Amino acid sequence: MSHNLWTFICRVEDIPVLGSRRVAREQGLDVAVFRNDQNAVFALLDRCPHKGGPLSQGIVFGTSVACPLHNWTIGLCTGQAAAPDEGCTPKFAVKVEDGQVFLDASELATQATDLVRPIAGPLRRVLSPLPLGEG
Amino acid sequence: MDMRVNPKAKLKLVMVGNGMAGVRTLEELLKLAPDLYDITVFGAEPHPNYNRILLSPVLAGEQTLDEIVLNDWSWYTDNGVTLHAGCKVTEVDRVKRVVHGVGPAGEAVSAGYDRLIMATGSNPFMLPIPGKDLKGVLAYRDIADTQAMIEAATTYKHAVVIGGGLLGLEAANGLMKRGMSVSVVHVGPWLMERQLDEVSGKLLQGSLEERGMRFLMGAQTQELVGGEDGRVKSVKFKDGTEVTADLVVMAVGIRPNTALAESMRLHVNKGIVVSDTLQTVTDPRIYAVGECAAHRGIAYGLVAPLFEQGKVLATHLAEFGIGRYTGSLTSTKLKVTGIDLFSAGNFMGGDNTEEIVMSDPASGVYKKLVIQDDKLVGACLYGDTVDGSWYFKLLREGRKVSDIRDKLMFGESNIGDTGHQGHSKAAAMADTDEVCGCNGVTKGVICKAIKDKGLFTLEEVRKNTKASASCGSCTGLVEQILMFTAGGDYSATPKLKAMCGCTEHGHEAVREAIRTPLADGSRLLTTAQVFAHLGWKTPNGCASCRPATNYYLISTWPKEAKDDPQSRYINERSHANIQKDGTYSVIPRMWGGETTADELRRIADAVDKYNIPTVKVTGGQRIDLLGVKKEDLQAVWKDIGMPSGHAYAKALRTVKTCVGSEWCRMGTQDSTQMGKDLERAMWRMYAPHKVKFAVSGCPRNCAESGIKDVGIIGVDSGWEMYVGGNGGIKTEVAHFFAKLKTAEEVMEYTGAFMELYRTEGWYLERTVHYINRVGLDYVKKKILDDAEGRKALWERLQFALDGEPDPWFDFQEAAVDTRQFIPIQAVQATTEGSAA
Repeated sequence: MSHNLWTFICRVEDIPVLGSRRVAREQGLDVAVFRNDQNAVFALLDRCPHKGGPLSQGIVFGTSVACPLHNWTIGLCTGQAAAPDEGCTPKFAVKVEDGQVFLDASELATQATDLVRPIAGPLRRVLSPLPLGEG
Repeated sequence: MDMRVNPKAKLKLVMVGNGMAGVRTLEELLKLAPDLYDITVFGAEPHPNYNRILLSPVLAGEQTLDEIVLNDWSWYTDNGVTLHAGCKVTEVDRVKRVVHGVGPAGEAVSAGYDRLIMATGSNPFMLPIPGKDLKGVLAYRDIADTQAMIEAATTYKHAVVIGGGLLGLEAANGLMKRGMSVSVVHVGPWLMERQLDEVSGKLLQGSLEERGMRFLMGAQTQELVGGEDGRVKSVKFKDGTEVTADLVVMAVGIRPNTALAESMRLHVNKGIVVSDTLQTVTDPRIYAVGECAAHRGIAYGLVAPLFEQGKVLATHLAEFGIGRYTGSLTSTKLKVTGIDLFSAGNFMGGDNTEEIVMSDPASGVYKKLVIQDDKLVGACLYGDTVDGSWYFKLLREGRKVSDIRDKLMFGESNIGDTGHQGHSKAAAMADTDEVCGCNGVTKGVICKAIKDKGLFTLEEVRKNTKASASCGSCTGLVEQILMFTAGGDYSATPKLKAMCGCTEHGHEAVREAIRTPLADGSRLLTTAQVFAHLGWKTPNGCASCRPATNYYLISTWPKEAKDDPQSRYINERSHANIQKDGTYSVIPRMWGGETTADELRRIADAVDKYNIPTVKVTGGQRIDLLGVKKEDLQAVWKDIGMPSGHAYAKALRTVKTCVGSEWCRMGTQDSTQMGKDLERAMWRMYAPHKVKFAVSGCPRNCAESGIKDVGIIGVDSGWEMYVGGNGGIKTEVAHFFAKLKTAEEVMEYTGAFMELYRTEGWYLERTVHYINRVGLDYVKKKILDDAEGRKALWERLQFALDGEPDPWFDFQEAAVDTRQFIPIQAVQATTEGSAA
């Protein structure tokens, strides 16, 4: 049995109905917390398994969110992409108590801290130059 | 352990038949309600469900039997479906609700049901002539027939195929490929007379004769003569002639297999008679689907309509109680490699129809289009079928064709498509050629997905490969590939396209429902009300229908319906364009493309202050700041101090102008001022899709007015107005709309056209597509011929836009949820506990 270190994040009503908020972490990408129309709260890494889009910016419906970049549908309970797409986003444990939302501090500190956002803009040219001919 | 005396048992669903339509119904049902039923399937053939359409390529040696299996044995076990393969159903007791059958070893098998699906398919029709039971006389229907033919081809030489229809010719072609000498006996005046007219039928005969097939046209078979070994030896005709044959294939048609249904005393007339919900009219517990069912007097034999039926039936079995099957249009294609033919609708024509015909027998090309009341009602193509799917689309949509009539014969690629020039022949494309430019999908990927995953419909190909799922301009090409790969009888889509999977209603029906007041005089004003009123299948829609419905509400009832930001795409919720790394771009409005030193200074300062990595001049004469962090958006807007450019929204974006008479030595009108006035009058205007205007000061047209939603060109005597242009994926040249005298007229006509589009266009439909759908004549009638109506539209738009907020500054009024800009900081641990 794991030991959870629940950290207060916000109140349920701080998250829009059928919407989400981003939770910044000391290390790693944000965690997206979602709220559906039944006031259930879900937490996933804010990163689509497809091309790294920020899921917190997507449209929430049922128990799914549509990625804002290419419209993949990601299940909020599992982080799993809906068929026929394949892929999974790390999920985070959530506790809701007296209208307060908690995430697990140890998960926030350690889970999926190595994943990064795709790089865009001029930085992209610097960091990933076109492969040069080797002959 | 379940200690209950009587745990709630699942309902029992039994299906008689294990073919394509029935199993597809189960697949759809399992998707909707995986746990509702215990499912049992009886299949007479000792195989799992396979793709019957592809028997012809198997016969021709182009595919193997394994390749055409759609649901292998493990599919049944994985989904908890009990399959009695090789088990013939002998009796159904409707009183006790039990199905009785005989298994492969002669054992009795029975299963009780709460609901029963009849999916017995059809039987080949055997001519009632002497000798029909001889050895070597076959029908062409299932794997056993195909295997028997393949086997016969290894030992025998002479084959006669009776019937020169689709199936007969495919059988003849396959046998010929297997080395037999084949004669086709056909009683009709020309081949495939149900799918082809005389000219194309004769062309087909010619090209098959070139391949070595022989034809006995108009010949009436009298008798099949047997040899001493009990095997057929020849075919004798009424005129006394005789042809050697050691294999005879009868392909004279199919009949719905209704013997069992009749023994059950279900009402049968051309098939098992069903309602729009696929329920038999006799017994509400019993449904029929597929070739055995007669819907509104028609028993369909092509796969797509049957799948549509399956989908509807699944929703009813899942107890959703929605969805009706209302019939299908069908089209045909022959699966004989190297021969292209296509026909659809009323291709023969009649008294009230006109025909456009192109005939070039020498090069083997023939096309006939049948037109009635300015609509395409039939098409028959031979030799060049590239545009088959496009014609079929026109036919289905019932679109008026007067505006494209002169180009109709030359196909879709001649209607201003710059995207796929030289790439319109699906069959001729290499596997590595790209079909869908938006999602980078090649032909090879699509073909592989179709074969491996057993896809039949455009929707399925879209889901699995993303091909044509974005802009849709390659839809025709993907449909062609589907035809070639999935095999012939691919066809037919619903006459009415549902908005998305959440509903059966189309866009028009939803718009109409929103427009129409309820019985108590109140109006539908929220997405939730619309979904409840129209019986949505999902609790709060999806990322496709919710933005559409939200738009329909705010455009239909301005000032009344409240915009719902959570039903907006992210760009319209954050009022900036999301980029691939999750940052945003900011494009401030520059009226008519003019700016000032002050504005440029403020932009430059913001770029420095917020470390904005890229500054780019857009195609719409504005400046784009790329790579702004979401946290900085509000501050950047404030520092720049310019209005929102709505470059992120389905709304009026840019108004591009040329310099005009103020400076230009050629200029005849003040285009910059006209552009600025239009932009100031109509900015903040949300629309079904993005909207772009342009104003040029003279016919040299430097502002490119010919490819804008509304393009204005100044001439000596006033202004010319063009509508429905598009410079995007598919370049569309705008239609000339009206010649106007004054700037006030330009404003009124443009505003009226916009309001018409805003209130009638379907979500994500550009003006060009809207005009194509309703017809330019209709738009002219509304705007040009009806002065009162035009003024009313323009006033309505002004009313809708009056006092509309700028979302970059008036957060409250524009319903901008500013919480989104600030990430939550998770700080200290407040409670400690263990996981539940």
